[in-house]
Amino acid sequence: MVVGVARYLGARLAERLSADAGISRVVGVDLVEPTQSIGGAEFVRADIRTSDIGRAIDRVAPDTVVHMNILATRADAGGRTPQKEINVIGTMQLLAACQRSSSVRKVVVKSSTTVYGSGPQSPALFAEDMVSGANSRRGYEKDAGEVEAYVRGFSRRRPDVGVTILRFANVLGPEIRTGLSEYFVLPVVPVVLGRDPRFQLVHEDDCVDALRLATVEHRPGIFNVAGDGFLVLSQALRRAGRPALPLPTLGSPLVGGVLRRSGIVDMDAALVRFLTYGRGVDTTRMRTQLTFDPVYSTVATFDDFADARTRGGLLDRDRVRAAEHAVRGVLTGEDARGR
Amino acid sequence: MADSPLPGLLDRVASAAGRVLRDRLGVDGEQLDRLVAFAGRRLTGEFEVDPFGFDPELTESVLLPALRPLYRHWFRVEVRGIEHIPDTGAALVAANHSGTLPVDSLMTQLAVHDTHPKARHLRALGATLVFQLPVVADLARKSGTTLACTEDVEALLGGGELVGVWPEGFKGVGKPFSQRYKLQRFGRGGFVSAALRTKAPIIPCSIVGAEEIYPMIGNAESLARLLGLPYFPLTPTFPWLGPLGLVPLPSKWIIEFGEPIRTDDYPPGAADDPMVVFELTDQVRDTIQATLTELLELRGPAFG
Repeated sequence: MVVGVARYLGARLAERLSADAGISRVVGVDLVEPTQSIGGAEFVRADIRTSDIGRAIDRVAPDTVVHMNILATRADAGGRTPQKEINVIGTMQLLAACQRSSSVRKVVVKSSTTVYGSGPQSPALFAEDMVSGANSRRGYEKDAGEVEAYVRGFSRRRPDVGVTILRFANVLGPEIRTGLSEYFVLPVVPVVLGRDPRFQLVHEDDCVDALRLATVEHRPGIFNVAGDGFLVLSQALRRAGRPALPLPTLGSPLVGGVLRRSGIVDMDAALVRFLTYGRGVDTTRMRTQLTFDPVYSTVATFDDFADARTRGGLLDRDRVRAAEHAVRGVLTGEDARGR
Repeated sequence: MADSPLPGLLDRVASAAGRVLRDRLGVDGEQLDRLVAFAGRRLTGEFEVDPFGFDPELTESVLLPALRPLYRHWFRVEVRGIEHIPDTGAALVAANHSGTLPVDSLMTQLAVHDTHPKARHLRALGATLVFQLPVVADLARKSGTTLACTEDVEALLGGGELVGVWPEGFKGVGKPFSQRYKLQRFGRGGFVSAALRTKAPIIPCSIVGAEEIYPMIGNAESLARLLGLPYFPLTPTFPWLGPLGLVPLPSKWIIEFGEPIRTDDYPPGAADDPMVVFELTDQVRDTIQATLTELLELRGPAFG
């Protein structure tokens, strides 16, 4: 059973699982009908915030529940209050239903590396057991931490159920729409003055693959999932051919408010801190215990995204390259066109 | 370029401009070519950073060259004992800290890179404050500095890197001029624990000269508190001369790397044994202090 099937990754996973001959039945749950194909999966309408979800689980009696209904951007939920309700209350309802159910043997939760937060005191690489105190967090960071706390509580009460938490780095790709993807397609990208955060990415295909692996195989535990290597923001913007607009802060009501109200991009406090300090996670456990090897590195993920979404920017890489060749041609006396 | 409406004319103008640059002005084409290629790589994002944000290309082509004149002509840095730094594998360089602004860290990084036969990069450890400041945080990460926390030190040493630590921290760098060349307390010895855990040798490093660059004769404590800084220095030139007061005094520097102290023959669990840790910390501290006294005598007058 895939909870949160109306969203891009949920639908992809449901489609993928329904094509698997080893799985007899795939049920997708969400409040609204999915707009894209979920393959042979059945759709069940249920509101995760109410006991609806409990009735759905009783009726379907799944042996595995994949919880993907944790929203990172408040715009997707229609505001911060519904976002928090879906994330926190939704998780509580879903876990309560799983706890009651006698059929559920495995729970997979799609979490995010946002639980680590980001700040000047962050170590360069977070390992899975390094979650710091949740006292200073707000917004989605807080939700992500609370969701995981409820999941840990659930696994204490139902030790017989295998629980896998996958903490994904930011997911990007040609199709998916996230706060970060919409940020990178802005014609001029606001950045924090004097900051060049480094970050990791996961390709959308790798994200679905990792979720499939955790669903099909038995891999209990907590795992960071990220592509190899790092990007820094300035480098990413140049690869996307986007000029940067340095601002003293992105968190001010003026900048953030204008961007949000104009519907351009919705940056909450967690994303602003991420774009100021960056974040890195250790993926050793992903390779050794989850035995998952992402196909795309961070750079390959970004390039795949940039090829699909950011062609023809003001500083397009082809134009920069052409200019570079022209200048080199002039300097070395060779024909610029021949290079 | 090929679909430009006036390819012939543009090319003629371009090659004429190139000829003028090369022949009349005597500009070296090869060098410029490399420079443009470098600029192209930077502008298209064709470079790599490691998990700590270290950008080797930028460090070697821009950051270190920018410091080199200061290193060579202003401080006339003399390096001794570079052979104590291994060619490969992890090692932890522990040095004294002084100078009001941490210029000594930068000079040590450059000293290792420029005099070591393998041109190794010294990965420095910085305080949280470094990573709170815009621009500074960014440049620090790109030059290979990371936060001085157990996780990062052990990750770097575990990866076989050469790591630099200044265990006195703000106590050392922000001490008054009257305390010069008197080593401050070495904290909890976290760097020793990390070295023990990763079995990396500790190389004591003594830096003479950094004490005189910004002689701190006073500390505006209320101003420091207001700005959230550990201290606000008053030197003979700063803040009285404004930005001109930021020019360091041209003292003569000597950086000496001492005999490595082995940490691989301790029993497992030694890293958590406070006796072992404090003993080793004291050994490192005493070595640096003794070398400092020797080097001071050897150097003679600070501005000679």
